Amino acid sequence: MDNLLLIQNGQAVSRNDIPDLNFSVFQQVVLEFVLRDGFVVQFFAYENEQGALKLLAVLRSGVNLYVTGCSLADEYPSLTSECEKFHMFEREVAEQFGVRPKDHPWLKMVRYHENYRGKEDVFGNDYSQDIPGNYPYFTVEGDAIHEVAVGPVHAGIIEPGHFRFQCAGEEVFSLEIQLGYQHRGAEKLLEQAGQPLLRLPVIAESIAGDTAIGHSLCHSQAIEALAGLEVDEGSKIVRTIALELERIANHIGDLGALSGDVAFNPPLNYFGRIRGEFLNLTLIMAGNRFGKGLVRPGGIAFPVLEEQRRIMLEKITDETPGITNVCDLLFSAHTVLARFDHTGTVSHSVAEKLGLVGYAGRACGLAYDARINFPTEAYDSVQANSNQRTTGDVYSRANVRREEIMHSLRAIPELLVKGVDAEPVPVPGSYTLAPDSFVVTVNEAWRGEVSHCLLTDKDGAILRYKVKDPSFHNWTGLAMSLRNQGISDFPLCNKSFNLSYCGFDL
Amino acid sequence: MEFTFSPGSLLTFLVAFSLAPLFMGVILKVKAFFGGKQGPPWLIKYYTLFKLLRKGSVYSTSTTFVFKLGPVISFVTAFMLLLFFPFAGLPPVLSFHGDVVILFYLLGLGRFFTVLAALDTASPFEGMGAAREVFFSALAEATVFVILALFFRLSGSLSFAEYFSGSQVVNLWSQSGALILLVLIALFIVLLTENSRVPVDDPATHLELTMIHEVMILDHSGPDLALIEMGAFCKMLFYSSFISSLLYPFHMGFAVVNLVIFAATMTLLYAGVGLVESITARYKMDMVPNFILTSFALVFFATILTMEFIQ
Repeated sequence: MDNLLLIQNGQAVSRNDIPDLNFSVFQQVVLEFVLRDGFVVQFFAYENEQGALKLLAVLRSGVNLYVTGCSLADEYPSLTSECEKFHMFEREVAEQFGVRPKDHPWLKMVRYHENYRGKEDVFGNDYSQDIPGNYPYFTVEGDAIHEVAVGPVHAGIIEPGHFRFQCAGEEVFSLEIQLGYQHRGAEKLLEQAGQPLLRLPVIAESIAGDTAIGHSLCHSQAIEALAGLEVDEGSKIVRTIALELERIANHIGDLGALSGDVAFNPPLNYFGRIRGEFLNLTLIMAGNRFGKGLVRPGGIAFPVLEEQRRIMLEKITDETPGITNVCDLLFSAHTVLARFDHTGTVSHSVAEKLGLVGYAGRACGLAYDARINFPTEAYDSVQANSNQRTTGDVYSRANVRREEIMHSLRAIPELLVKGVDAEPVPVPGSYTLAPDSFVVTVNEAWRGEVSHCLLTDKDGAILRYKVKDPSFHNWTGLAMSLRNQGISDFPLCNKSFNLSYCGFDL
Repeated sequence: MEFTFSPGSLLTFLVAFSLAPLFMGVILKVKAFFGGKQGPPWLIKYYTLFKLLRKGSVYSTSTTFVFKLGPVISFVTAFMLLLFFPFAGLPPVLSFHGDVVILFYLLGLGRFFTVLAALDTASPFEGMGAAREVFFSALAEATVFVILALFFRLSGSLSFAEYFSGSQVVNLWSQSGALILLVLIALFIVLLTENSRVPVDDPATHLELTMIHEVMILDHSGPDLALIEMGAFCKMLFYSSFISSLLYPFHMGFAVVNLVIFAATMTLLYAGVGLVESITARYKMDMVPNFILTSFALVFFATILTMEFIQ
């Protein structure tokens, strides 16, 4: 394993320790690893101090995390043609650095932006134009085929994304998803924020509004690793609780929305109210219903003491029976089950090939949960959750969420009764990040595996900040779930995944 | 053909027409109750109508006069239905032998123009909705015409006035009540289908890909939308009155008493629609034809039974 460096989640290593292979060895090592039973956590390029282009791959297998790297030429043989897990990553690298993966089966834009090096665009787009390029969407031809284009502006309050369906009557043959409408350049903003790094947490928690805790936790852990900051026990517990509250609030909101999508209104209304209760619990901790401003490098920004713990414990005890009842109402209505069962199925083998993460992956029988495999914060004291049904359909995805809600509702009181006070960290003047270092952080946010990767240069400035939202893996899963489904079931499938647009667009 | 015009019934007709939006409020209130909410005000549909009528209409440049014609015709045809309906057993404003056949085809005409207007927008959604609407209502039409055949066997008439206000009334409590029970269930299914209610369609959804009727009127706005809404209220009122008339014998002597009982039956029926919407989810799109054809099977069976009974 000389070619792969074993690393720990959230622990910095020197950049010099990362293997720097030549490309053919890198390709062989990475493909062999991933095709055996590995998954891709991060796969990205960066320019080093000398302006040379480097490629890094962070891979996982079981409870082990590895990193390896190589130099990258302007053109290289694509890994995607051998293994689908690299498909979106290679497109991203091509877009960000103007590098062409040869024989990539489906080379197209990810987010429609100019590359960072001022090279010629791989896709032939001209970004000075209003319409940068005319991408030919995948089409199916024939007399009975019709094309339906949805978005990027939608009727409901959802984010912008374009969906292109090829249908025969009601049946969908192919769905192509184009995102990028919310590209804000989050990675560049993080890299260029500069000292004293106080802006970084604010940017990190705005990457995806519904995953504010997930992303700010990943960010803070990375900074802590590089700056050598210690986090006290109480803060770790609070951060764990915050992540679980975010999970509960989002899962409850989505179960309600799933119910609303099949026109079964009572759970929609009840869950809507209950979701508010959990957002308000985050408010008690952070002063913000989405937990913004709570997690900061070194700990948390607000005190969480006896009084807050008591309020949270009481509220969770009060709400748990109600949640159980509404879940029973939803999952016992046979007309609802008729809609959820066998709808939008992603088979285990497809999910494994694509490397789905989070509840979407667990619903297909991929048990991976970063809370168990790579525990951070107080997760080593939280018991693992298990899922009863993993058939990959809408029902499974809904049921996994129900089980996760119940699991979190058990886990939070266990953490609360430990009774450890958490004092806020003083606002720091400035951190000094370790020079020439590399760190990757992985956390199980409510949607799945969030990962941040940080590289520093010889002065300790941020050289590359790479963000990966779980949606980056899972959007392809949604496209696959629509194969041979009724087009009228698309909203239901979409809601069952409920992926992030802005988390993907960065 | 005898053509009757009774100006005295104009009042009943006007009351019924003006109450149509109020009844829709009943559905919303029942749904809100089951959802644990207070719900919108009872008069919400009137407010909506006045709001829409005050607005201007927006027309896409790709549409033609057909697009503007759609709402007018769909409203006028639904409005005409009510003129022929004997509310609370009182004689209708207009009536002639065989009016039922024309009335159901008038509804078909209204739908035809709604569909044309939808296709006129050249939106892929609206074409999809139009295809669904035409398919499902064609199935529902089969049920309706079997019901008419059955009623002809029972009463020998082909006019609403004769069904419900003549001497040979068709009613649940009459001699052939068992058959009417099947008709009631079938008509309720037709009502849900024709008025785009759950479990066939979801009038409250914002998801274009799942819509049937709503998606066809996405491009209509302002007064045009108000006309479509009023047409929908009339249609709903028509089907509900049809069912209510079968449910209750309106021969209590005083017209006022009849009207009150009729209104109460109607309210219960609308509440029933709200109840169904609260306790069931929508069917999968490919299940909807089965649901509608169930109504056909029921009335077809009822008609076969009359072959024995009458002879």
